[in-house]
Amino acid sequence: MADLDYRELGLRVGIEIHQRLATREKLFCHCPPLMRHDEPHLWVRRRLRVSYSELGSIDPAARFETLRARVFEYGAYSDSTCEVELDEAPPLPLNLEALEVSIEVALMLNMDVVDEVHVMRKIVVDGSNTTGFQRTALVALGGEKSAIETSEGDVRLSTLCLEEESAYIVETTPQGARYRLDRLGIPLIELATGADIRSPDQAREAALKLGRILRATGRVQRGIGSIRQDLNVSVEGGARQEIKGVQELDLISEVVRREALRQVNLLRIRDEMRSRGLSPSSFESAETLDVTEHLSGSKSKLVRRSLSRGSKALLLKLPGMGGLLGREVQPNRRFGTELSDYAKVFGGVAGILHSDELPGYGITEQELSYLYREAGLDRSDAFVLVLASGEKAKLALDAVRRRVMQAALGVPEETRRALPDGNTAFMRPLPGSARMYPETDVLPVVTGPLVRKILARGLPEMPDRVISRLVTHYGLTEDLANMLLDDGRIAQFERVASEISGLSPRFIASTLTSTLRGLAGEGVAVHRIPDSALETTLRLVAEGRLAKEAIPNVFRKLAENPELDPSDLAASLTMSEEELDEIIRRVLYEEREVVQRVGMRAFGRLMGRVMSVVRGRVDGSVVSRKLRAAMEEMMGSQK
Amino acid sequence: MNLSYSGRARELLESAGAKDYDLLRVTAGRRIYEGILMPRPEILDDLHVVLKMSNGYNVGIDVEKISSVEVLGRARPPERPSPPRVSPREGLPSVPIVVTGGTIASRVDYSTGAVKPTETPEELIDLVPEIAELANVSYVPLMAKLSEDIRPEEWGRIANKVAEELNSGASGVVVAHGTDTMHYTASALALMLEGLTGPVVLVGSQRSIDRPSTDAVLNVTAAVRVAAEGPMAESVIVMHGSTSDDFAWVIRGVRARKMHTSRRDAFMSVNEAPLARVTEKSIEILNPRFRRRPSEPTEVVARVEIEPRVALVHAWPGIERGFLEAVVSSGYRGIVMAGTGLGHVPNRIVDEIGAIVDSGIPVVVTSQCLFGRVDLKVYATGRRMLQAGVIPAADTLPEVATVKLMVALGRGMEGEDLRRFMTTSQVGELTETISPSAYPPCFSGGARVG
Ligand SMILES: [Zn+2]
Repeated sequence: MADLDYRELGLRVGIEIHQRLATREKLFCHCPPLMRHDEPHLWVRRRLRVSYSELGSIDPAARFETLRARVFEYGAYSDSTCEVELDEAPPLPLNLEALEVSIEVALMLNMDVVDEVHVMRKIVVDGSNTTGFQRTALVALGGEKSAIETSEGDVRLSTLCLEEESAYIVETTPQGARYRLDRLGIPLIELATGADIRSPDQAREAALKLGRILRATGRVQRGIGSIRQDLNVSVEGGARQEIKGVQELDLISEVVRREALRQVNLLRIRDEMRSRGLSPSSFESAETLDVTEHLSGSKSKLVRRSLSRGSKALLLKLPGMGGLLGREVQPNRRFGTELSDYAKVFGGVAGILHSDELPGYGITEQELSYLYREAGLDRSDAFVLVLASGEKAKLALDAVRRRVMQAALGVPEETRRALPDGNTAFMRPLPGSARMYPETDVLPVVTGPLVRKILARGLPEMPDRVISRLVTHYGLTEDLANMLLDDGRIAQFERVASEISGLSPRFIASTLTSTLRGLAGEGVAVHRIPDSALETTLRLVAEGRLAKEAIPNVFRKLAENPELDPSDLAASLTMSEEELDEIIRRVLYEEREVVQRVGMRAFGRLMGRVMSVVRGRVDGSVVSRKLRAAMEEMMGSQK
Repeated sequence: MNLSYSGRARELLESAGAKDYDLLRVTAGRRIYEGILMPRPEILDDLHVVLKMSNGYNVGIDVEKISSVEVLGRARPPERPSPPRVSPREGLPSVPIVVTGGTIASRVDYSTGAVKPTETPEELIDLVPEIAELANVSYVPLMAKLSEDIRPEEWGRIANKVAEELNSGASGVVVAHGTDTMHYTASALALMLEGLTGPVVLVGSQRSIDRPSTDAVLNVTAAVRVAAEGPMAESVIVMHGSTSDDFAWVIRGVRARKMHTSRRDAFMSVNEAPLARVTEKSIEILNPRFRRRPSEPTEVVARVEIEPRVALVHAWPGIERGFLEAVVSSGYRGIVMAGTGLGHVPNRIVDEIGAIVDSGIPVVVTSQCLFGRVDLKVYATGRRMLQAGVIPAADTLPEVATVKLMVALGRGMEGEDLRRFMTTSQVGELTETISPSAYPPCFSGGARVG
C-alpha cells in the first residue's frame, strides 16, 4: 500500500496509553492485581440497564433493545477476588500506592498534578465492568512544558488518569458475553496526548517513548496486554475515531495508515454519492421489503438454512447506490463491511448480504435478477439483505439505512476496534462526556502530601539516563539495556546482578530478555514463570548446580508448571560429575585408537561425541576441562 | 441556586458571586480551569473548590493557589428527554407503588451526580419498562425517608395508605422502602393490616438505580408481578434470591431478615422456606402455607395503634446488673431480649429481670441465633428466667418480636392477654415446627446459583 501524503491530508493523531500498575493491591479493594490462568471458581449472571432516556440521541430504541437482551456472566475466584469486583460491596478507599505511581509519572512528564483527585463513574454498558461503569480519576493535566520529543516534533501530553482495569473478556456472543474478574480493578494509568501527531511513524515513536517512561518507574506490570494503546485519528474533512485496544507497538503505524485511508475512501464515496445526486434525505424513507417467500426456493444453502430456522429475509432498498457497497475502504474491507458492522452491533444479526457481492453465497444470478425486479430496482441501485428474526432484521436494516445516510455527509464519529491486520471495525458511536458522574462511594484525595513525598525522594530516572547508566555501570550493550527497559526487567536485573555473584551482567541481562523472548517466540508461555523462579534459576547457574545450557529447558518446564521448584528441575536436568566422568571414560575407550594415533588433535572429535550426550545438562567448559585432562592422562600413561 | 461551600472556599466563591453549578473560570498558579462548580459535601474540607471540566472529570483546586474566580455563566437546569407517557391499559390489574423513600425511588442527575426522588411512575417505567406490561402502575408518594430514619409511628401511615389502596381496587400494593429496616416495616404491616385482599409487597434495592448494575430492575419487576398476580394476601418482601440477576424470593415479612450489609441477596427467610421464587416469566410457589386472596371481596382494616417505647436488647458477656434498669428508667415500656443460644441471659441479671416484670414491664425472650427456637426449660438458667416471668417467643425473630410487642402494648394488652398474644402465631411469625430444610439459611432451591 503506497503511503499517502499525511501532511496534505491533515492527519491528526492522539494516543492514549493504558498501562497496568504493579501495585500490591487493586485500585478499590485489597485483592491482589493478579491475572489468573485457571478456571474461575464460580460464575454469576448479570444484566445491565440504563434508562431509556439516558441512552441519549443515538437511536435509543435500538440500543435499548440490544442492551436489555444481553446477559453477562462473570467468573470469580474465591481466593483472589472479593465482593467489590462482584459489585456486591462498596469500593474501598482509592489505593494510594497506585496514586503515588501516577503522580510520579505525571511529574516525570512535567504535568500539573491536580490538588484534589476525584473518582468518577464513566458509564460503560458492554458488560466489561460489573457495575456498568468504570471508576476513573483525573490525576494530572498537561501544561506548556509537558511534551515528549519525537523526530517529527514535540507531542504534548493532555491528561493523566488513574482508572480501574476492566474485566477480562473470555467470549462474546450476540446474546451476551463472559468475563473473568481477576483483571477487574487492577490499577491502570491512562496517559493521553494531544492530537499533535502528524504521521503513522510518529505515532509509533511517541507510543514507544511514553511506554519507556512508564516502565522507567519500575512499578508497572509487564507481559501481554499490560500496556495497550488507543488511537484518536482524523483527517481533514473526516472525523475523529477512537480506535481501541492496539496491543502491539508495531501495529500502531499500520492502524493509523489504514484508518487515514479509510477516511479518504469514505470521503470519496461521499463525493460519488453527491455526484449521483444522493443526499441523506434520499434514504430517509428507504423501503424495506420482506422477501422470505421470494427466497424460499433459493439455491443458497446459507439462505435455506436460515429460513428453515424461522428467520425472515428482509431487503433494504438503496436507490442509486449500485457499485458503492463493493468499494474497498481498507485492504480487504468494503463499504459493505462497514454496513455489516452496524447491522451486527445494533441488530445482533450475524451479518448482511449486499447486492455488490451477489451473485455469491450460493445466490444465483437468476435469483439476483428476480430480487432486483421484485424490489423495483435496477443495477444502478443497491440493496442489503438480512436473514434473521423479524425484529432483529428490522433493527439491523434500520442501522444500515442510517449509516448510508451518514455516508452522504462524510465520516461518522465512532469508537472502533483494531483488528490484527491493522484494519478497524465499528464498535459503538463515540460517547459524549455527559455520562460521567461522581463516585460517591469513594472520598476525594488531596495530593499535596504525596507530591511532597515523591519530590523529597527524587523522581525515577528518565529512560535515556537509565540506559546510559546500564551501559556504563554494567557494561551492557545499548540494545540489551533497551530490551531490559522494554521488557520491564530493569529492577529485577539490578537486583539479580547485585545479589548473585559469579554471573556476568551481560549474561543475566540476556537471559532475562533474549532467552525469554526467544522462548516466547516458540510459543512458550514465559509470562507464567514467576520472577522468583527466574531468579532462583540464575542463582543455581551461579552456584554451578545448573548448566547454562539447561536454562531454556528449565524455563520451558516452569512455563508449563509455574509451581515447580527450579532446584528440583536442576537436579533432573543436571548431570552429576560421576556420570560425566563415566561418559568421558566410555568415549575415550571407544576412540582409544584415534587418540593413540593423533593425540590431542582428536580433541575436537571427542568433545563432539561427549557433548552430543550431555548437551544442555553440563556446562561445555566443564566438559572441555575434564576431557582434556582425561586425554592427557591416557596419553601420559601410554608413554 | 445556593452555595454549598463553607469556610475559606465559601469566602472566595461568595466574593466572586458564584453559586453551585455556575460555569466558572478559576486561575490557580499557572493554570486556568474552566468548569461547572460542583457542590461540596459537608464531610470534606473547606480548602478546595471542585469544578466539573468539559471532559466530564471533577477536579479539586486548592483555595490557597487560586488568584481569581470569574463567573462565566449561571447554572442551567439539566436537560433531559422526558420519558414516554404511559396510559393505563384495559384488562391489566392496578398496582399502586407507595413510596416511602430509599434509593429505589430516586434517580440520578448525570450533570451533577445528585440522586433525587422520582416524581412520576413514568420515570420508573423509563428504567423498568417491563412493569407496564404487568400492571397499570401508579405512584403514591407518602414520604421520602431513609429507612433507618423511619419511626414506629410512621408504620401506621403506611398501613393506612395500603389499606386505602386495596379497598379502592388495587390488586396488590408495592411499598418502595429502604432496605435497612424493611423487615421491621414488613412485620408491622403484617400485624396491623387485617383482612388483606392481596399482597403487600415491600421492595428496595441494594445497588442504587443510578448504577447500570442496579438490582432494582429485577426486584421491581418481581414485586409488581407478585402484587399483580401473586396468590398470597400477606405482607411480603421481594428481593434478589442470589447474587445473579436470575430470580427474586418472596419472603414472608415476619420471617425476613437482612443478613448481609451490601449483597443483592441480603434478605433471607429464617426458620421457613421462602414462599415463592419469581423469575422473569413466572411465580413459582415453594411454600404453600400462606394466607390466600379471599374469594369474596372484603374490607381491609388497618389497626395502627402502637407503643413505640419497646427496647430490643442483646444479651452479651458484659451485660451487668443495672443496664436493663437504665433502659426502663429512660422510659421504655417493654423489653425484647435477644438472648444467647436457647434464649439465655447471664444468671446475674435474672433477679433484675424478675423485678422489671413485677413492675409491669413485659420482657420477651428471643434468640440472637435467629435460627431455631427459644427453649428455657433445658438449662437451670432458662428455668430461673421462666420463674422470673419472661415471655419466651419460640422461633419469632428478635426484630419481629419487638414490633409485635409494640403492637400488643399499643392495643393496651397486658398480663395473660399479652402473654397469649406473644406466644401464639398471629400472622406466621411463630411456628410449631421448623422444617429441616429451613437451615442452613442458603435455601437449597438454587440460592447459591453459580
Ligand atoms: Zn477485591
